[in-house]
Amino acid sequence: MSHDDHHHELSFWRKYVFSVDHKVIGIQYGITALCFLLFGFCLMMMMRWQLAYPGKSLPVIGGLLGEAFMPGGVMTPDFYNSLGAMHGTIMVFLGVVPMLVGAFGNYIMPLQIGAPDMSFPRLNMMSYWVYATGGVIMLASFFAPGGAAASGWTSYAPLSVIATQGQTWWLIGMIFLITSSLLGSINFIVTICQLRAKGLTMFRLPFFVWAQFVTSFLLLLAFPPLEAAGVLQLMDRVAGTSFFLPEGLVVSGQQLIHGHVVAGGGSPLLWQHLFWFLAHPEVYVLILPAMGMVAEIIAANTRKPLWGYRALVYSTVFLGFMSFVVWAHHMFITGMGTKLGMFFAATTMIISIPSVVILTALVISLYNGSIRFNVPMLFALAFLPMFGIGGLTGLPLGLPASDIQLHDTYYVIAHFHYVVAPGTIFAIFAGVYHWFPKITGRKMNDALGKIHFVISFIGMNGVFMPMFFVGVAGMLRRGYDPTAYEANANLMYLVRLSSWSAWLLGVGQLPFIFNFVTSIFAGKKVEENPWKATTLEWAAPSPPPHGNFATVPVVYRGPYEYNTHDREDDYFPQHLAAEA
Amino acid sequence: MSADVLPYTVKPHPVTGVYSGKLGVWLFLASEVMLFGALFSAYVLTRTGAPAEGPAVWPTGEATHLSWKIGGINTLILIVSSVTMVMAWAKCKMNNLASARKYLIVTFLLAAAFLFLKLTFEYIPKFHHGLVPSKNNFYGLYFTLTGLHALHIIGGMIVIAYFIGPGAKLWEKDPEYYTNRLECTGLYWHFVDLVWIFLFPVLYLM
Repeated sequence: MSHDDHHHELSFWRKYVFSVDHKVIGIQYGITALCFLLFGFCLMMMMRWQLAYPGKSLPVIGGLLGEAFMPGGVMTPDFYNSLGAMHGTIMVFLGVVPMLVGAFGNYIMPLQIGAPDMSFPRLNMMSYWVYATGGVIMLASFFAPGGAAASGWTSYAPLSVIATQGQTWWLIGMIFLITSSLLGSINFIVTICQLRAKGLTMFRLPFFVWAQFVTSFLLLLAFPPLEAAGVLQLMDRVAGTSFFLPEGLVVSGQQLIHGHVVAGGGSPLLWQHLFWFLAHPEVYVLILPAMGMVAEIIAANTRKPLWGYRALVYSTVFLGFMSFVVWAHHMFITGMGTKLGMFFAATTMIISIPSVVILTALVISLYNGSIRFNVPMLFALAFLPMFGIGGLTGLPLGLPASDIQLHDTYYVIAHFHYVVAPGTIFAIFAGVYHWFPKITGRKMNDALGKIHFVISFIGMNGVFMPMFFVGVAGMLRRGYDPTAYEANANLMYLVRLSSWSAWLLGVGQLPFIFNFVTSIFAGKKVEENPWKATTLEWAAPSPPPHGNFATVPVVYRGPYEYNTHDREDDYFPQHLAAEA
Repeated sequence: MSADVLPYTVKPHPVTGVYSGKLGVWLFLASEVMLFGALFSAYVLTRTGAPAEGPAVWPTGEATHLSWKIGGINTLILIVSSVTMVMAWAKCKMNNLASARKYLIVTFLLAAAFLFLKLTFEYIPKFHHGLVPSKNNFYGLYFTLTGLHALHIIGGMIVIAYFIGPGAKLWEKDPEYYTNRLECTGLYWHFVDLVWIFLFPVLYLM
């Protein structure tokens, strides 16, 4: 394989904007996704004001948003619903997935398999720009008449079908985001199959690559049904069909009339089935790459091989497969029938087994390690109990009997946020601190990182732990004003605790933002392998040049050879030949 | 590093046995199966859940106002176009670009004929008679499914036109690369054909 070093200099546009280099695209994804994560979080911080102090004027920001959204500084119920729907959509589809797959996957995965680039570089560029377009459409929808989509991130019919124009924007935006993910996932699978370095067999792949591999299959096969559902809902809204509008639907006291507004004969359940057929695998898209990153960081910082590497891989593959047959556990109370409920409860209990295997293997990996408590490791260690809490509290939701009580309460919010917020988001932070030296050639500041970690850890738990209690006590998750129900009155101190923690969490991100920006220019310079890790990305220069490796790497051993050989160094990189 | 210096862009990978583009197209087709699969599932659920009477009742046979003759001719057209597509690729393999181009032009014209028949004998008269998507869910699904399929045909026609015209320059640079790309186009084209083979009985005959 020949490396053509570019003798001619690329223009600014080709190099930084419409680049086909997987590393530039990864950085583009990363910056965009971090901005969306911050934006989605800001939406939530505003909602927390309304929840903690219903009907009170929001200081400063309330006055800025104008009379349409916040008359007198108090948000309208419609605006509150928009914020909720857009928070979910932005966090999942524009923040976390692009960050895990688009940014980390794009940047790290080709390096870890010793490839010069992705298999389809131009397709890679296209997926970023399709994603960016989808993001712009989503943001623009705030200015649509009636505001942005307000039917939740799940866009349940029939509410979403009769909603204002923002919902149409949402659907078009989603079609862009889905297309972007599809193109990306094809690229990932082909790259992992075709471009692995010599000697890098499937069972020598770092676990992160396996996680990306399975994730890509989920994106590839689960997203198209949502695209189909999106097209059908678009037809309902634009062409007057009624795929999701049932016979005799009554809206605001008026029945929708045949031949004028609605043809009838549709089923709102159809939307839920199609939506959750995507959205449950999506949950694993949100968690698998995070587990992969945590595994990398744990192995490097315990200085011993991952415990049960093969068990991790088999569990991940099984998890990916099972994630396609559990979707209707989101629908136990829809009246789809007890027989279906039984089936999905059983599959849900089965899918918890590989999740527990993965978590257990990661915890056992810590045993007898000489752990380095650096910033990425702190976040990775915090991931384990946080994901554990999130996972275990999911079990009562997977059984119909207990789900009936808990469904649509704050308990559900607490459960899945423990998986995705202190879980996946912590893994993202861990990844940022861990791979920052590879991407920039500089390290992020340690002290600021530890401050960021402590505040985030307290903040996250402060936000979500009270929600379990609030939820079990019966507070509904989509309520605009908790005080509307008298029973919630004595829960308000917990609601306010959540809100204050959310704002604390917001303050806690300032050291991160400051650290991130200043470290790019003024961070401590480091050599190519500052963590003394074994996987291939650390064999490339920091930052890796166009084409990645100075010499084409050849792989001689498994990914986590720490303290396994009698060598001077306590680690044995994958690309070094055995010494004679 | 540009696409053409990456390994296995043209030559097959020794382990997977395919070049990257072919693997990519197969994966893309897998996702397409899920897309149309979801729509066919929607068809099954909507049809089985349709009310027994009223304007939303499920039309069958004569009541669909769909002509199986037009549908049948279009089925035939697409099957023939699949054959000409294979012939174009085979001619490339035989190192005969001029002949391959002719087969591509025939494929393109057959696709155009398909769309012409669909438009003049089906879509436009249906709209004139008020048989629009909002009439009932049968027409809703009919227009969604065939519309999406027609978009796939148009996409395929753009790609075929590209390989008749500017894309053929690649032949001079690397005939094998061009042949491979034509093979990928063909795989996609057969899939679009296959979708119609399912659509025809489901919408016109059942």
